[in-house]
Amino acid sequence: MKSGSNLEGILESGQFAVTAEAGPPKGTSPKIIQRKGDLLKLCCDALNVTDNQTAIVRMSSISGCVLLKELGVEPILQMVVRDRNRLALQSDLLGAAALGIRNVLCLSGDHQKFGNHPSAKGVYDIDSIQFIQMVKAMRDEHKFINGEEISGDVPFFIGAAANPFADPFEFRVTRLAKKVNAGADFIQTQGIFDVPKFIEWMKMVRKRGLHEKTHIIAGLIPMKSVGMARYMRNNVPGLSVPKELVDRMADSKDPKEEGVKICIEAIEQLTEVEGVHGVHIMAVAWEDIVPRIVEEAGLMPRPVV
Amino acid sequence: MTKGCGRLLVLGCETCAAMSFAGGQRQVAELASAIRLGRKTSGDEGEVVEDAIARQCEPEFVDLIEDEVSECDAILSLACGAGVQLLAERFPDKVVLPGCNTTFLGVTEALGVWSERCAGCGNCILDKTAGLCPIARCSKQLLNGPCGGSMNGKCEISKDVDCVWQMIIDRLTRLGRLEMLEEIFPVKDWTPAGHGGPRKMIREDLKS
Repeated sequence: MKSGSNLEGILESGQFAVTAEAGPPKGTSPKIIQRKGDLLKLCCDALNVTDNQTAIVRMSSISGCVLLKELGVEPILQMVVRDRNRLALQSDLLGAAALGIRNVLCLSGDHQKFGNHPSAKGVYDIDSIQFIQMVKAMRDEHKFINGEEISGDVPFFIGAAANPFADPFEFRVTRLAKKVNAGADFIQTQGIFDVPKFIEWMKMVRKRGLHEKTHIIAGLIPMKSVGMARYMRNNVPGLSVPKELVDRMADSKDPKEEGVKICIEAIEQLTEVEGVHGVHIMAVAWEDIVPRIVEEAGLMPRPVV
Repeated sequence: MTKGCGRLLVLGCETCAAMSFAGGQRQVAELASAIRLGRKTSGDEGEVVEDAIARQCEPEFVDLIEDEVSECDAILSLACGAGVQLLAERFPDKVVLPGCNTTFLGVTEALGVWSERCAGCGNCILDKTAGLCPIARCSKQLLNGPCGGSMNGKCEISKDVDCVWQMIIDRLTRLGRLEMLEEIFPVKDWTPAGHGGPRKMIREDLKS
């Protein structure tokens, strides 16, 4: 085992993983994370704690992870290169390892222009692929990025993101290959609405044998309203929401229920795709729905490893 | 900015600043007239004089205006930030003010449209990126792009910004060299990009 994390145990033993998102608050109360942890602990194998998501300042991802750990919930530490240079990233990784955090998701991060401090200076000292390489070298060689020796173990299960719906489509698989070669043990994808396009992407992934070198966890975003569906279709870069789904939401008498149905249908299709080793449910501001989705998708009870 | 500065020299720069319609003789004349008018209405004292030199970044051109400067209290420079600073160094007893906001090193796309091309990072990789620079033109300065926000050839920050990584991929595809991007670009040394402190270059062969 590289990290000894629950997520690694489940994926490496060939079982289907379920993860979800537990975003920290724009404030100091530990209760928000604790509530999400309590709610999701039985239906998920690990929870992602976001890192100043959409460039909006929130409680730090590391503290969110520690709050989850205290509840007995396994966290996935999300880290973006937008806000920290190589010194800060490495020092936070040492701290995260010392605090018992075992999964890390290496990301570029949304541009600071989207957030609540749009005039901030973006860091981008290294990019997400170089970040993965750095964590791998810290773990496997006990070396900092400058080649100096690290004392102690750095046992991380290394994750990365992939967006099959961004452009250019053909190059997306090459970029995934770069992340896998850099050392990504698992991949969490962007939210999938266009299942056929994702299936097409997975074909290209399998053609390069990448599904055997990393664990691909398919991302899902349950839709709560037609407004949300339209907003994601028109305004969120990197998301692809087919018009048919927006219409389904618009025509439904109970859009919330329709959103759940769409999500479960997608999970059922995705579990059949060769190389998909799990699902990641990003129910932002709608965490309450996750246990039901996991249950109705037939993914309960969660395995114990 | 020029209030209470007394006799003011509005000084143009006839090379890059003139080409950018920001600091040539014509802009000097327009700005000087505007300041004169403003002074008249506000009652601010002092004559406003005009001149322009070929390059404010070269000491030999700056030295040509020494006498003229001695008769002024302040200089409003319409050069880039480099020109403004050389004036400040050459004339330590004079107030030197910037008349332009220096924006970037770019090209003229069309009349009245300029865009950034070079960040002057001191470590050129254009040979590996099809002649298109991700340091100057990717919003996240990614060396292994494009990020997940690239859509329809545009950057996630705005529909008006081209995704340079899409352009790099298109160009390398056309050249049959896309496999160049399979390799992971190593982390960048930002020292020559200014993160190693202020930069200086010395050519021993040219030094007198």
